[in-house]
Amino acid sequence: MVVDGFMSGRHDVPLAQELAQPSVNWHALAPELVLAGAACLVLVADLFVPRGAKWVAMPLSAAGIIGTLAAVVSLSGVETTTLGGTFEIDTFALLFKGLFCVIGLIILAISFHYFRAGHPYQGEYYFLMLSSLLGGVVMSSARDLVSLFIAIELISIPAIIMTALRKGDARSNEAALKFFLFSVMSSAVMLYGMSLVYGATGATKLDAIRSSIGRSGDDPIIVLSVFFVVVGFAFKISAVPFHFWAPDTYEGAPSPVAAFLSTASKIGGFVGLLVLMFQAFPDVADNWRPAFAVLAALTMTVGNLIALRQQHIIRLLAYSGIAQSGYVLVAFALIDPSSPQTNRQAFASALIYLAIYAIMDLGAFAAAVAFARRGGTYFISDYSGLWQRSPALAVMLAAFLISLAGAPPMAGAWAKLFVFLAAINAEVYWLAVVMGLNAVIAAFYYLAVVKRMFFEAPEIREPVEVPYLMRAAMGLAALVLFAAFIYPPLISDLADRSIF
Amino acid sequence: MPISYFLVLSALLFSIGVYGVLARRHAVLVLLSIELMLNAVNINLVAFSALLEKAGLDGQVFALFVIAVAAAEVGVGLAIVILIYRNSQDTDVGELSLMKW
Repeated sequence: MVVDGFMSGRHDVPLAQELAQPSVNWHALAPELVLAGAACLVLVADLFVPRGAKWVAMPLSAAGIIGTLAAVVSLSGVETTTLGGTFEIDTFALLFKGLFCVIGLIILAISFHYFRAGHPYQGEYYFLMLSSLLGGVVMSSARDLVSLFIAIELISIPAIIMTALRKGDARSNEAALKFFLFSVMSSAVMLYGMSLVYGATGATKLDAIRSSIGRSGDDPIIVLSVFFVVVGFAFKISAVPFHFWAPDTYEGAPSPVAAFLSTASKIGGFVGLLVLMFQAFPDVADNWRPAFAVLAALTMTVGNLIALRQQHIIRLLAYSGIAQSGYVLVAFALIDPSSPQTNRQAFASALIYLAIYAIMDLGAFAAAVAFARRGGTYFISDYSGLWQRSPALAVMLAAFLISLAGAPPMAGAWAKLFVFLAAINAEVYWLAVVMGLNAVIAAFYYLAVVKRMFFEAPEIREPVEVPYLMRAAMGLAALVLFAAFIYPPLISDLADRSIF
Repeated sequence: MPISYFLVLSALLFSIGVYGVLARRHAVLVLLSIELMLNAVNINLVAFSALLEKAGLDGQVFALFVIAVAAAEVGVGLAIVILIYRNSQDTDVGELSLMKW
C-alpha cells in the first residue's frame, strides 16, 4: 500500500521512524499548548479551591488567554507548517488566533459577574470556554480535512455543555438539545461530504485536494461533496435555511454563552469555510458560487425581516447575527477562479467584516447582560428611557447597535462598505442591491432600540449598576470600533497582509 | 470487490440516518440515527482508503478520529437527554417547544 501524506512531509524518512519521532515544530504549536495547559490548570485548580473562591478560575483563564496572545505575538512574521503540513502558521492564522484571544478576554469580562452571582458551575464553565476557544485557535491553522473536523468539534462540543449549564432550567435544557441535534447532524453531513472529497481526490490536505481537483475538472462527485460540506458549515454559521437552532439556543443559554456562540463559534465556522473555499475548492467556483449568492441573499433578508418583530434583546441579536452572517457570505459569492484580484478583495472584505463583527456583537451582548444583571429582564420594552437612568450604558449600547446597523461613526460602516465594494468590483450588482436594501431594513430595528432608550420616558428611575469589568470591556470595544472608523487601516492593513 | 458496493451501502445508511433524525420523536432514537450517519461516513472513508490506488492511509486515520469524536458527542447528547428527562419526565423531541420564533 502506498503510504503517502500520512503525517509525512518528507518521503525519504521511513514511516516507522516518522511515527515514533514525528518532527514537530513546537514553537508553531505554542498558542495551542499554552491554551490547552491553561484549560487543564483551570479544571484542576477548581477541584482544590474552597466553594466561596471558585471565581479565581476567571483570573486564571484570563492569564491563560493572555499567555496565548503572547505566544501568538511571538510567532508574528513566521510562516511555517508542521504536523506534516496539516497545521499552518501564516498571517491569516495568527490574525484569527489573535481575534479568538480578544473574543475570549471580552467573554471573560462579560461572564465574571454573571457566573459569580450564585452560579454553581463556575470552574467548569471557564474550563469549557477555554476548550471551545482552543478549537477556534486550532481552526485558524487547520489546513487538512481531519484537523478542520477536529477543530470544529472542539468548538462545538464544549459549547453544547455550556449551553446546558443551567441544569434545572427547562429552557436551558431545550436550548442545549436543539443545539446538540443541529450541531451533530450538521457534522455528520459535513463529514459525509469530506469522505466524498477524500474519495474523489485521494487526499485530505487542502493543497493536495486543490491540485487533484484541478485535474479532474467538473466531476459530479466533487460538486456533490462540496454541496454536503457547505451545508454542514451553513448550520455552524447559522445561514438561512439552516438557522432555526440559533435564536432558541441563544435565548435559552446563559447570556454570556450566547455571546460566545454568536461570535467565537460562528467565526470558527467561517474560518473553516474560508480556508476550504479559498484554498481547496476555488478552481471549481463556477459550480458553487451561485449557491453561495442565494444563501447570502436569503440569510441577510430572512434574518433581518424576522429581527424586525423581536421583543427580546437576545433573540434580536440572534437574528441580527444571522443577517450579519449573510453579509459575510456575500464574499464567497464573488470568488472567481480567473481573477485573483477579485478573490483577494472578497477575502479581505470577509476578514475585515468578521473582525469588526466580533467586537461590535460582543459589545451589544455585554450591554444586554449588564442591563439584565439586576432586573433580570431582556425585553426591549424595558429599555425605555435608559438614557435617563444610566447614560453611559445607553450610549454604549447605542454605539454598538449603530455599528451593527452599519452607520457612521462606528467601524461597522466600513465593514459593510468593503463587502459592498467587493461586490461592485466583481460586477455582482444584484447582490450589492440586496445588501443595500437589507442595510435599510436592519436600520429600522437597531434604531428602534436606540430611539426607545433616548426618547421615551422610563418606567423605573433607578440607575442600572454596571460592574467595572464590564464597563472596561464595553469601553474598550467601543473605542476600538470608533478608532477603526476614524482610521480604517487599523484593521484593513491586517486583513491585506493575511491573504493567502 | 467493486467499490460501488460500499458506496451504495453507505449512501443507504446515511439516508436511513437522515430519515430517522427527521422522523423519529424519541431523543434516543434520534441519537441512534445520527450514529448511523456517522457510520456511513466511516464506511466511505475505509472503503476509499482500502480500495483506491491514489488514497493512502489517511482515510483510516480519519475514520478513527470520527469514531472518537462520535463517542464524545453521544456522551454529551445522552447527558442532555437525561437532564431533560429529569426535569420533564419526557424525552419526546416534539414536546420541546418553550421557545418559538
